[in-house]
Amino acid sequence: MKTKKSFITVIEPGPGRQFVDLRELKEYRDLFLSFVTRQVKVLYAQTILGFSWALIKPLFQIVVFSVIFGKVAGVSSDGIPYILFSSVAIIPWTYMSQAMTESSESLVTGHAMLGKVYFPRLVFPLTPVLSRLVDFGISMIIILGVCLYYRVSPTWNLLLFPCLTIMMMAVPAGIGLWLSSLAIRFRDVKHAMPFIIQMLIYSAPIVYSASSISEQYRIFYSLNPIVGVIEGFRACLLGAPVPWVYIIPGAVTEIIIIVSGAFYFKRMERIFADVI
Amino acid sequence: MDDRETAIKVQNLSKCYRIGLKENMHDSLLKNIISFIGNPVSNYRRHRSLYRFDDSIFEKDRCPSDIIWALRDVSFEVKKGEIVGIIGTNGAGKSTLLKILSRITGPTRGRAEIHGRISSLLEVGTGFHPELTGRENVYLNGTILGMKNKEINRKFDAIVDFSGVEKFIDTPVKRYSSGMKVRLAFSVAAHLEPDILLIDEVLAVGDAQFQKKCLNKMDAVRQQGRTVLFVSHNMQAVTRLCPRTVLLRGGAIHADGPSHKVVGYYMDSEKGTRAERLWPDPEDAPGDDIARLLAVRVRTENGKTADAVDIRKPVVIEMEYEVLEPGHALFAYFHLVNEEGLELFESFENDPEWRRRRRAAGRYTAAARIPGNFLAEGIFYVTPALRTQDPEVRRFRVDDAVAFQVIDSMDGDSARVDCAYDLGGVIRPLLKWETRFDPNGKKIPTDPQDMSV
Repeated sequence: MKTKKSFITVIEPGPGRQFVDLRELKEYRDLFLSFVTRQVKVLYAQTILGFSWALIKPLFQIVVFSVIFGKVAGVSSDGIPYILFSSVAIIPWTYMSQAMTESSESLVTGHAMLGKVYFPRLVFPLTPVLSRLVDFGISMIIILGVCLYYRVSPTWNLLLFPCLTIMMMAVPAGIGLWLSSLAIRFRDVKHAMPFIIQMLIYSAPIVYSASSISEQYRIFYSLNPIVGVIEGFRACLLGAPVPWVYIIPGAVTEIIIIVSGAFYFKRMERIFADVI
Repeated sequence: MDDRETAIKVQNLSKCYRIGLKENMHDSLLKNIISFIGNPVSNYRRHRSLYRFDDSIFEKDRCPSDIIWALRDVSFEVKKGEIVGIIGTNGAGKSTLLKILSRITGPTRGRAEIHGRISSLLEVGTGFHPELTGRENVYLNGTILGMKNKEINRKFDAIVDFSGVEKFIDTPVKRYSSGMKVRLAFSVAAHLEPDILLIDEVLAVGDAQFQKKCLNKMDAVRQQGRTVLFVSHNMQAVTRLCPRTVLLRGGAIHADGPSHKVVGYYMDSEKGTRAERLWPDPEDAPGDDIARLLAVRVRTENGKTADAVDIRKPVVIEMEYEVLEPGHALFAYFHLVNEEGLELFESFENDPEWRRRRRAAGRYTAAARIPGNFLAEGIFYVTPALRTQDPEVRRFRVDDAVAFQVIDSMDGDSARVDCAYDLGGVIRPLLKWETRFDPNGKKIPTDPQDMSV
């Protein structure tokens, strides 16, 4: 009798495969997509303003920051109008902080499913990384509006936009891999998260300019991938010279975080259901 | 046994958990302060010990007392197309076994091999989101259970049709009644087509209607030649649907074999139902100075004591009693009660040879035959008793002394014919039916004379 190619699963103790099983991820592509659509659809369910929230949240932050840091504190913005300066930073930052928070809580929120059905657990932390892109896309309207208002003309730097978006997505993906698998074991992560986000916003040139960091610390500063993303977006959208000194070290750190995060996640994966 | 291909092969599968770690309490303030400062460290250690085990757990005498073996050295093999029931009391390891096989959690030791695509149904409606519409949830739940979008597209109409909620398919699920939600969720699950299906106790939820659908679907799955592992507490369903049953006890396989045997054994050993009860010592025997009960048993037609009988076959209830004081007219009788405590009938000894006759002292055996195709499926309890006449005095009565199970194995010639679900009713007679058809559309009367059985 001829049967289709047999499909054998072996279940053994121990961590099993140490790295991400790409073939399996592909197998579950439809599941991943339906998780992403679910997140998008559910996000603003039963709200009056719906997707306008994706505009309102960053808009308020831009206004507040422009008033406090731009006007009251008089933070230098390299000669760029402060609203313009802060909006190109706040919008990617809003994406990163939200995706990061959601991603690190994803396993805890999804624990009911974790104990009832199998699918690659990686789907959990990676879902917000994609679903939050919708918000990001919508809030690009703000940047477009501000750029039109200040008559910023597009430059060739815009071609970097896709690369920077990927780099931006890698930040919550890497952090999410680490924190989600830690959070399911130690709920401390949940309590630390708001605090971490607050610290991170000041670790990157969001309200201030990277040029205000003194030369000797710049090499450490550049290891933070958020710096590269923010400065990169500024250059890309506003036409300043591309800050490779920030982008390249940041990208290296990102790759390290993602690869190590994936290893850690895979190692912890098998005990998730036991430690919920 | 046969040369069919292997679907599931489990070898020495074991899983342990650590439970109930004791909190350390100190009786002095200083010690408490020290332990409070060291708390994060000890918290971390304690947490780690939940899933890190050293080799000592494998040695009988060194195994720490807080280790619980949910499964211990379980080995079995399931062939393609087999339907296997898994039974056992709570905590016997049934769910742990399914969780390991469906890869939700890993084993501590041992190995399992699964040949073919596997889907597990540990609950219905996993991942249902209240804010999403019925349609969206069908896709979400379907992909979670391992279907592809293409496959759901193809089956969508059938799924909605089966669920009976087509009018509300574009309404958010939070507006559904709980019954509608379960129906929709189950209908997604019912359209899964894996090679191997693991089902855990899903039949325990939902109303009778829903359970009917589940059981009928299970039977359909059986006919499609899929492999199924079915965990259940519903012994009737297990014997009906699964030819083979595995009994787990304390994490190990206690019995594995034909369902009616294993289920009978389980009823016997865990629930204390037995087919025979003897009182060899006349001093302990129920009764008084006039008559005593020596034995009561359930037998099949051919005389074997049996705790499980085929629904189509008669059951014999046999009582042995001793008359100690001669000269009394008497009769033995019994009550038959079903699982719900409903009394089906009382039956009295009526052999004309002994009716109203004064009896000599000595041993008597009285047997009553309950015809086949009369009792419904389930467990029945027999309460034997005896009365003397003139004046009527009860001499003994032993409540639920013996029990037996009636099994309907779904061969098509019992009263249930081809219905897989739980039938209602306390009796299940096999009535003669006659169906006539006239191609000209005229009514043809059936002939009552012809219908005598």
